[in-house]
Amino acid sequence: MKNRFVFRKSILLIFLFSFSFFLFGLSISPAQEMGVPVAAPISAPQPPDPPMNVVAKDAPNDNGHAIVVKWSLSADDGKGKNNVLSYEIWRSDNPDTGFVLRGLVPAGTSQYLDRGAREKEEENYFPPHKNFYYQIKAKSDISFSESEVSAPAYAYGQWIHTGKLSILFATAVFTFFVLLFINWAKKGKKLYVRPIAGIDAVDEAIGRATEMGRPILYILGLGSAGELGTIASLTILNRVAKKTAEYQTPLLVPVSDPVVLTVAQEAVKAGYYEAGRPDTYKEDSVWYITSMQFAYVSAVNGLMLREKTATNIYMGVFYAESLLLAETGNVAGSIQISGTDQVAQIPFFVAATDYTLIGEELYAASAYLGKEPLLLGAIKAQDWGKILIMISLIIGAIAASFHLDFIVNLFRIKL
Amino acid sequence: MGTGEILWNGLALFLTLSIFSILYKDNPFYKIAEHLVVGVSAGYFAIILYYNSFIPKVWVPVVHESKFLYILPTILGVLMWTRFSRKWSWVSRYPIAAYMGIGMGVAIPVTMQAYILVPLYATMQPIGFTSMALFNNLLVAAGVLCALVYFFFSKEHTGAFGGVAKVGIWTLMVGFGAGFGLTVMGRVSLLIERFTFMRDYLQKLFGF
Repeated sequence: MKNRFVFRKSILLIFLFSFSFFLFGLSISPAQEMGVPVAAPISAPQPPDPPMNVVAKDAPNDNGHAIVVKWSLSADDGKGKNNVLSYEIWRSDNPDTGFVLRGLVPAGTSQYLDRGAREKEEENYFPPHKNFYYQIKAKSDISFSESEVSAPAYAYGQWIHTGKLSILFATAVFTFFVLLFINWAKKGKKLYVRPIAGIDAVDEAIGRATEMGRPILYILGLGSAGELGTIASLTILNRVAKKTAEYQTPLLVPVSDPVVLTVAQEAVKAGYYEAGRPDTYKEDSVWYITSMQFAYVSAVNGLMLREKTATNIYMGVFYAESLLLAETGNVAGSIQISGTDQVAQIPFFVAATDYTLIGEELYAASAYLGKEPLLLGAIKAQDWGKILIMISLIIGAIAASFHLDFIVNLFRIKL
Repeated sequence: MGTGEILWNGLALFLTLSIFSILYKDNPFYKIAEHLVVGVSAGYFAIILYYNSFIPKVWVPVVHESKFLYILPTILGVLMWTRFSRKWSWVSRYPIAAYMGIGMGVAIPVTMQAYILVPLYATMQPIGFTSMALFNNLLVAAGVLCALVYFFFSKEHTGAFGGVAKVGIWTLMVGFGAGFGLTVMGRVSLLIERFTFMRDYLQKLFGF
């Protein structure tokens, strides 16, 4: 009995093994049996689903030569068939034909800024106020699909850059303060400006040059006549010229810019007139050397050593020449007073000159010397501006600490 | 090394040494190099102005592209030449006024953006004592506040106010020191480049 049961069990197992081998054999092709690799079944390439909802709009806050195109990603971008590699942006002035490729963005991107040139003569000129139609192609490695053509859109310029409203607001507040304080100064209200050590030293240095019978060298820097630092320097030059005219001390002003030359001559001449000594003004005391930076430096350095200037005053916009000039003046034994709004050059002046006006002190110095309501009002306005900046900074830092980003973003400039 | 290279590089070597000679004292070699570079640069600059300003900004727009609006600034430029006449020199003040006014108009919003609002926004970071990053932000904000106090001109720097201003100037000096070191390193690399040029020239010339 037991043997029969074992026999039946063995027959059943053999049958199951044979059946399973049969089934396995069906699933293996002859080629596989021979160990030859087999190509996947050939089927038509599957294009990705097309992008949807293509919308074209004028790019905001620009000069009118760009359009922003937005679309909904293809259903196969990052999901579905997951075969989208990129999107192509095509444009035409006719919705049916004539589309040209304007750009290419990688998968996952759903907008494109189609920006062109402003000038008609340029190759990529983007005409404003002209309707354009856009179409987006979703591309896989071997196929693509096209979106619907967008509604027409045209580019136009905006008068106001809304991302820069904070600049407008800040300028308006500052202008208000300037006008307010100028008005107060004109009405005779006493506006106090603290003494600035570097400027107090100017009078002392002019006196020293007079005693030594040597000239004063005034360097306006390499800035143009339209730069703030140069304008502040010209005001100080006027004051220095007045003093030198009073003391009859020679003043040398070599300049590096033709327009600055003209303004500097006017400033010096005015100083001599104010001192009541127009007859002693020499036009060639202010002269042009060259506009090339290091050529100018070599000439001024030679001048310092030959003329043995008693006092060198460097005020204005300076670049890499600052240390070269100041070091040579140091070697020549001159008293040196400097001032610049170029942050990178201040360290050199601090290291190599006797007195330095740091940044805004240069602007304040011109007001401090002039004592004119216009300039004093501007300095007072700057001080109030600084108070506002300090308050804003404290509020902004606290707001950022408590994640109140809407407050911090009030100060953000969106370019 | 060809004859031309020997001559030109030799001249460059001579001029380099002539400029360096001022480290000793003013001398004829320095004067030669100085006058040469000033004269050449003045002439070079005139040509640069002609080709980079007059041709593309006056001649081409007006003559070739019929953009007659460009005549207006050209007239302003020409008025600058009235400086040569004692009688009419006052006319040159108009182009100067226009130039400076436009310069100011352009500079004010740019300054407001680049030197005030952008740094202000960048300084508005979370502050605190719970992490090094927060404490660092606090230090930066405090340094900025103290530096602003230093540039306050309506009040004398005395008492507590003076103390804060002193912290402000120290903050500035730390920044200046870092800038000084960085720039000096750049200058030293320029000096090394000049020395390398002289060494290479002499090596090629004398074969050592």
